[in-house]
Amino acid sequence: MAGFTPKTNPKRFHKSQIKFYFILIPIAAFMLLPIIFIFSQAFKPIDELFLYPPRFFVRKPTLNNFYELFAATKGSTIPVSRYLMNSILTALFTVIFTIIISVFAGYALSKKRFKAKNLIFTINNLALMFVPVAVIIPRYLIIQKLGLIDTFIINILSLLAMPIGIFLIKQFVDQIPDALIEAALIDGANDFQIIFNLIMPLLKPAISTVGILAFQVAWNSADASTYFINNENLRTFAFYVSNLTAVTGNTIAGQGIAAAASLIMFVPNLVLFIFMQSRVMNTMAHSGLK
Amino acid sequence: MKKIKKYMHWILLSPYLTLFIIFILLPIIVAIYLSFTYFNAIQSPRWIGLQNYVNLFTRDEIFMQKVLPNTIKFSLIVGPGGYILSFILAWLVAQLTKVPRTIFALILYSPSLTAGVTMAVVWRVLFNGDQQGYLNALLLKLGFIDKPIQWLQSPEYLLTIMIIVSLWSSMGVGFLAMLAGILNVDETLYEAAYIDGIKNRLQEIIYITIPAMKPQMLFGAVMSIVQTFTTAGIGVALSGTNPTPQYAGQLIVNHIEDYGFLRYEMGYAAAVSVVLLIIIYLFSKIAWKLFGDN
Repeated sequence: MAGFTPKTNPKRFHKSQIKFYFILIPIAAFMLLPIIFIFSQAFKPIDELFLYPPRFFVRKPTLNNFYELFAATKGSTIPVSRYLMNSILTALFTVIFTIIISVFAGYALSKKRFKAKNLIFTINNLALMFVPVAVIIPRYLIIQKLGLIDTFIINILSLLAMPIGIFLIKQFVDQIPDALIEAALIDGANDFQIIFNLIMPLLKPAISTVGILAFQVAWNSADASTYFINNENLRTFAFYVSNLTAVTGNTIAGQGIAAAASLIMFVPNLVLFIFMQSRVMNTMAHSGLK
Repeated sequence: MKKIKKYMHWILLSPYLTLFIIFILLPIIVAIYLSFTYFNAIQSPRWIGLQNYVNLFTRDEIFMQKVLPNTIKFSLIVGPGGYILSFILAWLVAQLTKVPRTIFALILYSPSLTAGVTMAVVWRVLFNGDQQGYLNALLLKLGFIDKPIQWLQSPEYLLTIMIIVSLWSSMGVGFLAMLAGILNVDETLYEAAYIDGIKNRLQEIIYITIPAMKPQMLFGAVMSIVQTFTTAGIGVALSGTNPTPQYAGQLIVNHIEDYGFLRYEMGYAAAVSVVLLIIIYLFSKIAWKLFGDN
């Protein structure tokens, strides 16, 4: 069949593609509406928030809600910036350590030969389904026994074991030829040198993916702050936002502040993903469960 | 030196294994143990055998009448529904050229980037119960209703709204995996199939695309199960109370929190956790059966 062109993943535009636009544009618009709403709401001045009938788009955008957000805690002892700083530190350390831990474990599971290897990988794959909320109470008791209640480090520690991270890295390391590693071993490199100088540069797509996933979990998670921390100084921004919305979410004046806080929650995720999306897609192509 | 080399894999695995055991494995084991005890968080746990499970299935009317049916309904619609939606959207997007494809993929993925807490803000405003609520205002204006509806406080709407919001945010990592899978199907497979007499795109999907991307389909299924059970707190976030109004949006996860952190019946809550873990495990077994290689 000469001149066969696959229909999926076309190289250039053809009028047969128009029908897909007709289906996708309304769906995409629906998906986008609430997100546009966050942006719009966050910049609304107070009179537009009070408006009846309510108006979806902002007319006269203002930064007032953001000022209010930061002023809201002036009276209390803990400023918003404290929560933000806690979140930034939590996210940063979670991302760094998740990557290191996952690469170490993924490399060992892929390239080392030892008895328990398959067992560990199988258990890890089962744990992909793990939902932390399901065992929140035993988790609390264990963390209490370890004396980690009300410590900053629990924000990070409770997020580091990420089965999906190990899984993605292992699947990727599988594709690096053994010969490459053997050659490095013969040249006298040890495992750490191999990991940092050889594996890590080759694994950039997978590492970016794990990094993004870890960031999302860390940035969005209010669990540790809710359950394991009573000291307000150590809690994260996600917790602050959830509390803020629980208290002020129903009042109109609070809506602007809550929307501003939501925007601060959302934007870092989005920006990071836009920058990393091609790498993420690349990882996903090679990440199937086999 | 040689000895170190011999045990290198354990050294490399130890940080992960330590955390895995402390934060994942041990909690599951403790949950199983506690589920056989009476434990009120003050006195030490007292062994009561299967009593918690017996109570759960025979005495806990709320669990049997509200929580379990809600959970089954919610997870059957949001799990497979979100999964099928992910595949369809990934396939549709894959029919476009690169730039529009990237833009659409990003738009479809972006809702899953929003945190549950964040979303409660938006959806609570959109579904607000007075005439200031956007949906109410719209319906009033169009004349469909003559007085505002308490969307999030009415038992008849809450679960539906939870399902819509969850589906909306379900195009996550699984969606990306499926999109990548579709784009990476070997072109020659399609070519061969057309020579063999495949005629239309539906046949193309069923006979070529899905079988060729089985690993990504399985990955997507697993992610969709996880997603379903992690978004389960959404009813409480939307309605602002636990228990939700007349238990309309009460799912197993909320039931665990209700008993564990509000009533301090930890043993009972642990039994509910174990039931939840078993349900998740069964779901994943089905996914593995459908798309796994062996």
